[in-house]
Amino acid sequence: MSIHRKGTRFRIALAGTVSVGLVLGVTACGDGDGDSGGGTTASAAAIDCAQFSSYGDLKGKTVTVYTGIVTPEDKPQIDSYKPFEQCTGVTVKYEGDKAFETQVLVRAKAGNPPDLAYVPQPGLLKQLVATGKAVEAPAQTAANVDKFFGEDWKAYGTVNGKFYAAPLGANVKSLVWYSPKEFTDSSYTVPTTLDELKALTDKMVTDGKKPWCAGIASGEATGWPLTDWMEDMMLRLSGPETYDKWVNHQIPFNGPESTAALDAVGTYLKNDKYVNGGLGDMKSIATTTFQDAGLPITEGTCSLHRQANFYAANFDKDTKVAEDGDVFAFYLPGKDAQTKPVLGGGEFVLSFANRPEVQAFQTYLSTDTWANAKAAISSGWVSANSGLDPNKLTNPIDKLSVTILQDKNAVFRFDGSDQMPAAVGSNAFWKQTTSWITGQDTKTTVDNIEKAWPK
Amino acid sequence: MSATSAPITTTPPVTPPPVSASAKAKKRLTSPWASLAALVLAVLWTLPTFGLLISSFRPQRDIRTSGWWTFFSDPEFTMDNYREVLGSDSSGGLGDFFVNSFIITIPSVIIPLTLASLAAYAFAWIKFPGRDLLFVAVFALQIVPIQVTLIPLLTLYVDAGIAGTFWPIWLSHSIFALPLAVFLLHNFMKEIPSTLLEAARVDGAGHISIFFKVLLPLLRPALAAFGIFQFLWVWNDLLVALTFAGGGGTVAPITVALANLSGTRGTAWHLLSAGAFVSIVVPVTIFLLLQRYFVRGLLAGSVKG
Amino acid sequence: MFSVADTTGAKITQMLSAILLFVAIMGVILFLAGRVSGRRSDRAVAFAYLAPTVIMLAVGLIYPGVRTIYQSFFNAAGNAFIGLDNYTTIFSDADQLTVLRNTVFWVIVTPFVATGVGLLYAVLVDKARLESVAKALIFLPMAISFVGASIIWRFVYEFRPNQGNVKQIGLLNQVLVWLGGEPQQWLIESPLNTFLLIVVMIWIQAGFAMTVLSAAIKAIPDDIIEAARLDGVTAFGMFRFVTLPSIRPAVVVVLTTISIATLKVFDIVQTMTGGRFNTSVVANEFYSQSFRSDNQGLGAALAVVLFLMVVPIVVYNIRQLRASEAR
Repeated sequence: MSIHRKGTRFRIALAGTVSVGLVLGVTACGDGDGDSGGGTTASAAAIDCAQFSSYGDLKGKTVTVYTGIVTPEDKPQIDSYKPFEQCTGVTVKYEGDKAFETQVLVRAKAGNPPDLAYVPQPGLLKQLVATGKAVEAPAQTAANVDKFFGEDWKAYGTVNGKFYAAPLGANVKSLVWYSPKEFTDSSYTVPTTLDELKALTDKMVTDGKKPWCAGIASGEATGWPLTDWMEDMMLRLSGPETYDKWVNHQIPFNGPESTAALDAVGTYLKNDKYVNGGLGDMKSIATTTFQDAGLPITEGTCSLHRQANFYAANFDKDTKVAEDGDVFAFYLPGKDAQTKPVLGGGEFVLSFANRPEVQAFQTYLSTDTWANAKAAISSGWVSANSGLDPNKLTNPIDKLSVTILQDKNAVFRFDGSDQMPAAVGSNAFWKQTTSWITGQDTKTTVDNIEKAWPK
Repeated sequence: MSATSAPITTTPPVTPPPVSASAKAKKRLTSPWASLAALVLAVLWTLPTFGLLISSFRPQRDIRTSGWWTFFSDPEFTMDNYREVLGSDSSGGLGDFFVNSFIITIPSVIIPLTLASLAAYAFAWIKFPGRDLLFVAVFALQIVPIQVTLIPLLTLYVDAGIAGTFWPIWLSHSIFALPLAVFLLHNFMKEIPSTLLEAARVDGAGHISIFFKVLLPLLRPALAAFGIFQFLWVWNDLLVALTFAGGGGTVAPITVALANLSGTRGTAWHLLSAGAFVSIVVPVTIFLLLQRYFVRGLLAGSVKG
Repeated sequence: MFSVADTTGAKITQMLSAILLFVAIMGVILFLAGRVSGRRSDRAVAFAYLAPTVIMLAVGLIYPGVRTIYQSFFNAAGNAFIGLDNYTTIFSDADQLTVLRNTVFWVIVTPFVATGVGLLYAVLVDKARLESVAKALIFLPMAISFVGASIIWRFVYEFRPNQGNVKQIGLLNQVLVWLGGEPQQWLIESPLNTFLLIVVMIWIQAGFAMTVLSAAIKAIPDDIIEAARLDGVTAFGMFRFVTLPSIRPAVVVVLTTISIATLKVFDIVQTMTGGRFNTSVVANEFYSQSFRSDNQGLGAALAVVLFLMVVPIVVYNIRQLRASEAR
């Protein structure tokens, strides 16, 4: 037993050292390879398997992956593993499941976890680590994360000072969807400060429009788009440091900062002159599904819709999503043009096994090689991996997202409700903001959320 | 022992009250009003489903911007939704999932049905100490929410080394079906006149031969009825499959595939309408095939107690 | 046989061998029970008939059930004993009281209305032309999964404002607009919204009631009906004094089954409102606390409350049982 173990560890160490060289090598000649990787999986054979030899002999081994990413986003995921599979001989068994967030906990607690889970919330990550079944990320994965990701991203994958999970995909939530055509026709300009955004909204009202549309219905998660709104305002009005304190409950949820942030959301969403374009009155925000909420832009009944980059998937296939198309998004501006807080989210690769093939795959996913390969075959997908080359992205909204993520002035913060304890982040915060939009006042709302915080 | 097929009449539970001389024995319930009422109910019950059926043939954009009834004034017909559902290539189409659904469902109907009819017989026709208490306990177990059993059961399956196979699903469905099955079958069995069993007993038949030779033929329609219900519940189940079919989807049934159709962020729900009809085909066929049992009554040979 | 089968052939083989194994086990049990003779043979047979069921239930439901009761006295993380605090929360917190109120609405309205509709329909179409088609129509919702049902009803309750060129998607609002009314946001107004969700459950369960009750009606001996008819009983009298008493046991079974199914259902609430706008029920709250909020203790306590709510139904059934035995 001990001999076997030693052997394993040795092999990992070896794989680790060699793949540093591998990664560097790939970065150096990445541009040259990019074009061949740009094709579909048919060109996988063209990939130089020598790059993967460092992972050791893994033929016939299987790695199971469990995630909430399902059709149609699962296909580029699965396809992006093919070079790894072909060259190392590992089979990656992919299981996408919409009920991932609840099921993964059940499986982990029952002792039946997958090898790797793509966890979309730091809060859930903590719960999974608390089951005692998760294992720390191998040194090589950690090294890749240090190299390609910011410290903030690494921190989200760290629990109790131990680094567990490398970031996978990312999304940008601080976006406002609009119709470029309407902006040109009515000569509106994209605002660069919050004041300008307000002024633009008022101008639209004088033009006889209901500028904003919103919808928060999402089954059991109804309310989450409002928590995003509030977090965006929190970041903008009080700054990232206060935001962090708020998320970690170092300042109370019913403090003045919180109240101001929710009231700021209220100036838009609880204003009958501003909402709910094409969808009804203020209350209709509560019953409109988030999927439907931005569609009035294409109908011309709504002008502005704050939602993440992944909202692009909701538009019909014949709607052109581009700066000169039917719809596009602009960055939800900061308080002034200099500060650029960005709210976002993403998944983290948590491992429940330390077999060499699992660690090899985990490491592969943290490289820029994988990030670029994945970006090349998908649309509507970005990563916070700094090795990801924005010029290779074909989809305009992806390009915008990566540009925002890699902006030197941007300060990124992860979705707060995803980090808060589940009793708040996946319950009280959703429920109370939903009550708030149907008429409950701000003070009661923040007081109730504060009350729900686990002691 | 030839009593099985002979219709047995027992005393009616209620003597028809003496009725006045008004001899107009009109069958009011088959009057036009009754037909109208039935028609209204049938339309009310079918209309929502019909709307979904129409929607499943409409283009994505139309579904989102206008009601399904506009289809009749402005018919826009497409097979795209079905094409996409049937051709969704996550693990090679829906074919495998269909097979899995059958593999899961058949034992999950047979096992609890057999066990429950034996248990129901014991509760109904064998006297033993603590019988009523045990029956009430089994009956009350219906309420245990399946969710509380997931982690303990999965832990057991992992320890037994059968996680990821069909066994956990078969066993779990059987366990969850038993309380209701015992309760329902017990009630049907109680309806069988005791004279029938006593006659058999006098002939020297033991419990085992009474069960197989007397009761089982009489219970066939009731078993078919419960079999259909159990079939539907298992076929439409998502929760048990999600938890116990874990591990790559080699054993996942069609409901799991359909649930994922709506897309990662639930954006493609126009596919769900087509998906719902794909999964409905089998249960409705089964119902139509076995419906004659319902029309006949739950006990064969018009037995009534 | 206990390994993963991944080809269709292997799967079918595994299924068949599982069934064979089951049959063999049952055969052995019955054979052994049949060998016991004499005074104790009754008990031996009862034991043999009940043992598989009891063992499976003990492992699969009783053990987790007892575990849940135990957990209900612990805190959210399950590591500190807090006595009855979780129960105090359920019976004092304003939100939780609404949940209890809604559950009571559900469990009272659904079984009676579903059974009533099912019974009415069974009587109406009995011996009518196209009876089997008519029954299939009402039965149809039973064959639809909850996911399917929730989309179907979305197309009924969906709201669109009455403005410009925006068209209604929900049938209910469209009917309202055709009649000259204003479209309503049906799922927001409490307690109306709870009843609208109950309608969905009734829609599903009426088929169950109809099939079982129709079968029971068909089992009423013809001579009783003939006798009543010769006595000149009216159609209503026939229903009231002949049909209803004869199918009474079946009605009790249907009411009981639907009540319990109603107490357990959470899918409808979860997919249609997510429990917002004061529509949550105990089963949904249990799910949300256990699997979303990470509050194991409160979730367990809610499950226990669900269990307690069945007690009246159990007691009623015991009395029925006694009554039928006394006959």
